[in-house]
Amino acid sequence: MTDRPSNILTRPTRRQALSLVALGASGVILSGLPRLGEARAAGAKTISGQLTVAFSQEPTVFNPHMPHIEVDDGVHFALFDSLFSVDPEGKFVPGLASEVPTVENGGISADGLKWKVKLREGVKWHDGKPFTADDVKATLELLVDANFRSWRKTGHDLVRDLTVVSPTEITWRMDKPFAPYPSILASTFITPKHLLSASADPNNAPFNNAPVGTGPFKWVERVAGDHIMLSGNPDYYGDGPYIDKLIFKYVPDLNVMYTQFKTGDIDVVGLQWITPDHYDEAKGLDGKVVNVVPGSTVESFTFNMERPQFKDPAVRQALYAAIDKQSIIDALYYGLPTPTESYMPQQSFYFNPDLPKHEYDLAKSKDLLAKAGWKPGADGILAKDGVRLAFTCSTTAGNHIREQVQQYIQQSFKDLGIEMTISNLPPAVMWGDYWMLSKFDSVIVGLDFLTGSDPDTSDYFRSTSSGAKGGSGQNNWQYANPEVDALLDKGGALFVPEERKAVYVKIQEIMRKDLPFLPLFQYATVRGHKQGIDNVSPNVNVRIDTWNIATWRRA
Amino acid sequence: MLHYLLNRLGQSLILLLLVSMIGFAVLNLAPGGPLSQFALTPGMTREAMDRIAHQMGLDRPLPIQYLDWIWRLLQGDWGKSYRDQQPVLQIIGSHLFATLLLMGTSMVISISLGTWIGIRSATKRHSLFDYSTSVAAMVALSIPTFWFGMVAIYVFALKLKWLPAGSMYTIGNASISDYAIHLIMPSLVLALVDIAVWSRYMRSSTLDVINQDFIRTARAKGLTERTVLMKHVVRNAMIPMITLAGLQLPTILGGALVTETVFTWPGMGRLFLDSLGYHDYPVVMGLLMFSAILVLAGSLVADIVVTIVDPRVRLG
Repeated sequence: MTDRPSNILTRPTRRQALSLVALGASGVILSGLPRLGEARAAGAKTISGQLTVAFSQEPTVFNPHMPHIEVDDGVHFALFDSLFSVDPEGKFVPGLASEVPTVENGGISADGLKWKVKLREGVKWHDGKPFTADDVKATLELLVDANFRSWRKTGHDLVRDLTVVSPTEITWRMDKPFAPYPSILASTFITPKHLLSASADPNNAPFNNAPVGTGPFKWVERVAGDHIMLSGNPDYYGDGPYIDKLIFKYVPDLNVMYTQFKTGDIDVVGLQWITPDHYDEAKGLDGKVVNVVPGSTVESFTFNMERPQFKDPAVRQALYAAIDKQSIIDALYYGLPTPTESYMPQQSFYFNPDLPKHEYDLAKSKDLLAKAGWKPGADGILAKDGVRLAFTCSTTAGNHIREQVQQYIQQSFKDLGIEMTISNLPPAVMWGDYWMLSKFDSVIVGLDFLTGSDPDTSDYFRSTSSGAKGGSGQNNWQYANPEVDALLDKGGALFVPEERKAVYVKIQEIMRKDLPFLPLFQYATVRGHKQGIDNVSPNVNVRIDTWNIATWRRA
Repeated sequence: MLHYLLNRLGQSLILLLLVSMIGFAVLNLAPGGPLSQFALTPGMTREAMDRIAHQMGLDRPLPIQYLDWIWRLLQGDWGKSYRDQQPVLQIIGSHLFATLLLMGTSMVISISLGTWIGIRSATKRHSLFDYSTSVAAMVALSIPTFWFGMVAIYVFALKLKWLPAGSMYTIGNASISDYAIHLIMPSLVLALVDIAVWSRYMRSSTLDVINQDFIRTARAKGLTERTVLMKHVVRNAMIPMITLAGLQLPTILGGALVTETVFTWPGMGRLFLDSLGYHDYPVVMGLLMFSAILVLAGSLVADIVVTIVDPRVRLG
């Protein structure tokens, strides 16, 4: 007989989870953890023991170029390498490339159009075949292959004249300068030409379920619905691996995951980590290391800028001042997230720390609205030029914390004579056309605005990027500001980080002033691992914890 | 009998066709799709989603997609999962073992124990045994499996450390005894509710029979109480139980969602929920067809078994 279903078990979608697992951090991060590299073994590396990482979603896509979710990335990091990768400070470190191409070392021409990448010598695929520049060429070609179900073509579609100069050198030309390309390359894993690109149908290649990479771990087996097992690659060129059997265990329920962490069945709690309500207990657990780690997702109260109610900047400013951020964070999110004024993660090199601080001030809201000419109508709701200050607010139905946030905000708004109606939708409806084609009035959403560590947000802020206006992108606010468009153009063609920073600091300033969305807070998550496992450390520039899994080791 | 079976088979095929059409329509008309989970991914564009949907054939008209699917199915091709590209039958097969192991063990425990408790409560009506098992059954039925499972894990895995907290076996060290140890907690937790259900059914079914005239006759002709019970009471009381068990067969396919989740058991329940969440149409449709076939087969088998156990019933 079957069990009775329970709503505790309704699997949260990624979106819900973003907020369920909402955490925020005090900014105090893991001071005790050794930095990457310091743990480099002096002598020969020993590969031994078993380590279990748990994920609450099941990794099922092992071809890193096909559509996939974060936990799939988690496995890819163990199997594959990119040309270079990004460290927690946002700096690139060499991977399969022997040095990171920059304008300074001549790897990228000053105009950003000519690229030259030198590759590491003597690297072997897990099946023993040598890795060469042909593999890099084949990978970049596969990503834009019209018949291939490619995850992302952005950037790769600008690459022209791929030329293999020697087995360890490859050059190409860009159709136009595209500054985010280094960040995109840092998250592009190189796959073997002889197994994938040479396959008749790369969408259905045997490789997709028995991946072969150059990474620190080799594929062993997958037991569907249960786990994936990898083994340490003794021929790995970099630091590590130090673990013999690496297991990615699928634990669908977060309470169960936490319990198995307590019993010791799980060594490292992966995505979606420890729920905020367990934080107090978790940090006192014997033999476990538990930390609050900031993520790159920013929660916002988002406007549809084409709605007449929101065209008046005074309304957006007044609504911002009427939101009691700190109470929301403390009362509903266990005090974990950090309040923010920007869409940029505070750990980013490009973050602007000098934005005006939000203040919760209902009197100021009232004043702003009155000065802008909003007057109460017969029903007590403010109105101006025939527009009532009434709108709906939507988010994922069933996300209880966000629903409480809405009710809390609704009350403050009501006191000001603003009518906010809560209209939540199931995830598939909410984040489908309703969101992508801007059919909402306002939305509470957690968004990750950046691709890796790159500050470019053209997909979000450019006036031509909104689906409702026929564009391609995620500018679902329908935000349009020629100044921002020009700055995005400028920033996208600069290749020296310090020069780019000035541009993106300015964009953050404008967004804070224009307020197409009210930035609420930056999420943080509670992460944990067993004591005695070194180098498990966060990186805000990647989507998943296993970015440096090669170096994980038992003390 | 043959005529009857052919007739049933014909009805079943029409029913299966209807189920497949309704299932396909409902599934595809529900909002979202296999790609909706990527909507909030940084850098994901509508253009890219449309392109991938086109490559997967998801932008074709629904009737065309259905005909394509059923045509392949008739040729024995159940399709491939959108999630991991494995053939649907292989996916069902790999999860079926885990579920059969768990549910089979639990069903053996619950049916044997439940039947015994039911008969004993009925024959010793109003005894301490009857009252205490009645209360216990009510308690067992009211405890949510999720909660009971978590408490069991807390006590036996976390505090006493007698049993593992979950999983079907120790990865890298799987032996028969290892499977057995891992099976104890989930199968007992799952059986708890079922014992209660079976004992209640068996009790009332036995009571129905025990007061009938032919039982009195059996006693009157001098049979021992044991013979009366085993040959006359139990055999008659079991008849409704067989039909019930037959109808239970397809629920195996649904798996024990809650128990599987609490004990991280890689069974059909999780597969179904995950596939549904992902809009993995080929797998969900595969599961639907598979379970529809089991429902029809289950009720047919139950009807046939009843004719064997109860000579009074004739098919046709």
